[in-house]
Amino acid sequence: MQINSDRSVLLAPPSKRVVKFLHQRAFRSKTDSIISIGFIITLSIVIYSLVNWAFIGAVWSADDVELCRTSSGACWSVIDARYRLILFGLYPYELHWRPILACIAIVVTVLLSCLPMMWSGKRLTLTWLVGFSSFYLLMEGRLLGLQEVSTGEWGGLALTLFLFSSVVLIGMPMGLGLALARRSTLPIIRHGVSLFIDTIRSLPLLTTLFVAAVVMPIVLPDWMVGDKIWRVIIAFSLFFACYQAEVFKGGFQGVSKGQFEAGDALGLSYFQVLHKIVLPQVFRNSLPGSINMVVITFKETAIVIIIGFFDVLASAHAAFGNGLWAPYYLEVYVFVALIYWSFIFSLSQYGAYLKRRMSIASH
Amino acid sequence: MMFITGRKSINVKNFLIQAVFLFVVILVVASAFTSARTNLAELGISSGFSFLERATGWGYAFSLFESSINDPYKWTLFSGFANTLFLGLITIMTSTILGFIVGSARDSNNITIQAITALFIQLFRNIPLILQVVFWYAVLIHMPSPKQAYNMFDVAFLSNRGLMIPSFNVSPVLIFSLFVLLMLYWLLKERLLILRNASAKWFYGCIIFGVALYLLFCVEGNLFSVPSLKGLRFVGGTTVPVELITMIIACTLYGAAYIAEIVRGGLNEVPKGLVEAGNSLGLNERMVWFRIKLPMALRTIIPPLGNQWVFMMKATTVGVAIGFSDLFMLVSTSITQSGQTLELIAILMMAFLLINISIAQLVHHLNSRMALKGH
Repeated sequence: MQINSDRSVLLAPPSKRVVKFLHQRAFRSKTDSIISIGFIITLSIVIYSLVNWAFIGAVWSADDVELCRTSSGACWSVIDARYRLILFGLYPYELHWRPILACIAIVVTVLLSCLPMMWSGKRLTLTWLVGFSSFYLLMEGRLLGLQEVSTGEWGGLALTLFLFSSVVLIGMPMGLGLALARRSTLPIIRHGVSLFIDTIRSLPLLTTLFVAAVVMPIVLPDWMVGDKIWRVIIAFSLFFACYQAEVFKGGFQGVSKGQFEAGDALGLSYFQVLHKIVLPQVFRNSLPGSINMVVITFKETAIVIIIGFFDVLASAHAAFGNGLWAPYYLEVYVFVALIYWSFIFSLSQYGAYLKRRMSIASH
Repeated sequence: MMFITGRKSINVKNFLIQAVFLFVVILVVASAFTSARTNLAELGISSGFSFLERATGWGYAFSLFESSINDPYKWTLFSGFANTLFLGLITIMTSTILGFIVGSARDSNNITIQAITALFIQLFRNIPLILQVVFWYAVLIHMPSPKQAYNMFDVAFLSNRGLMIPSFNVSPVLIFSLFVLLMLYWLLKERLLILRNASAKWFYGCIIFGVALYLLFCVEGNLFSVPSLKGLRFVGGTTVPVELITMIIACTLYGAAYIAEIVRGGLNEVPKGLVEAGNSLGLNERMVWFRIKLPMALRTIIPPLGNQWVFMMKATTVGVAIGFSDLFMLVSTSITQSGQTLELIAILMMAFLLINISIAQLVHHLNSRMALKGH
């Protein structure tokens, strides 16, 4: 902080600027220099051995399994041989073009909703509905006249994306509903909804999903039990909605009281005030928080492996299994971690950027 | 007159809406209960909490206390609760310490430290916890067998059976009760007049005297026991099972990455003028840090830190993926074994409610101690 205010650094010629920068940010005192050099050495050793493991000594093709035993590096052959299983699970092999297109649809939906021109309730809803329904139609296939593939056969990354997008799509309006109910002037509704939100929020996600998957068939009458995956999606959406309601609550607090009163004074009805005046501002205010929730939800979907879904992590376990590929579990984990990491890192960086931008705009 | 009728009709409408809402909620809950009862009765399961006295008939891997398959359900569930608390408290402590170190290093002027801490945070925050858990578990169970265990200064050994560490030859109940006593003392010392000033000496004196008496008369053999390799296995010391180490490593790294961000956010909030004022008063860097930056930052850090602690307590449930017998795992096993679904779910909810309320109380206590006087 103190350094950036030093104008002389900025005004000096480039080479001197670098020297001065390094001097002030890495070698200012004796201890500073020792720490810097120590860290640089450790970091280069770590990077060197990582590069050695992942690239130089690595075996890439599935045909060279024999080479893996003797090579010093990673055995990416396991990915080469099993990547279809990790990405699409037990989906029929010759139909894999469908989950590929479906996954692209979801990724495009997420990317589109990051564009500022899409930031209105109507456009976002439309984008997500189109994206999600094209995903579902492509995967399921019956309505498009393709061969039907039931949800039981979905798996891998495609299943993870399916869970993620349906939770966001169902949970968002639910969250808005809960947030509105919590602001209601009717005491019974307000307290009832608050109690519900606080209860769900105080329980781990895993227990909520477990209740939906295992307990609900006992509690519900037979005709209401339905498919396990839909029970879990609804429970997950409720969980998402309870947290999202808190995000929206913050968004509502950012709208001044005068705005509601102005709407009332113009003779607009409750829903007109909400729709035309308040909600657009609420959405805008709660955008960074919502992105944060979406990121967390994507990360949390990994938990469904515990209640027996064949998501990307479960298919990774199946990919190395107990046979030929068993020694190469590390490579598979690294591959799956890379998938999650790149999604989550880019989305959360985007959220952080948005938050910075908005905090500047509000000043 | 018009106005009043309008007002009245709104009141009637409001009343009706709430009545319908209440009616629907009661209907849903009641029908869920009755259908659950009939469904369970068909399976031959009677409702009520009498099953807690029955023996379980199944065992579980990790327990702080002695456990057997003849334990009643209530003891098994309590043991699971203790495991959850134990793991949660350990990871809360380790990740808070590591998080404060990384978070304050993130705030450093040195660019290499900044780079490394940024790498740490971005790596461990952006990978799902459960993936990290199964990853560390896979790494740990592929460790060498006890015979080729990693030797750490001849006192601790790491192998695929877990971490062998030296241990006190005393019962865990004693350590647990001492810990609870100290926590109570720390929380209540300002409320209880008896424990002030001179009484504190008596309090500590009594505890030390009691422990000394116990050690003199009740411990057989050596007080300290160090693990050593005898043939194919280790003798002496305590074994920390692989599942527990895995959970501690994964939760600590994941939690620390979050806490580091919280700490950094708190440090950023400290007004620059205060730091400059400290510098101009001639305080050195360390004093500026401990006297100005940290105390000021703590006020913004503690509320989100409390949320993070609650989150980490809930995150212990992920341990079920690798077979760590926490409360959730034992409750779900009990459900499949005994069928007492509703009662067990109620117990699980109560336990987490209790944990959340306690952490909220602790955070409230910390917050009120930290608050600026007169604000």
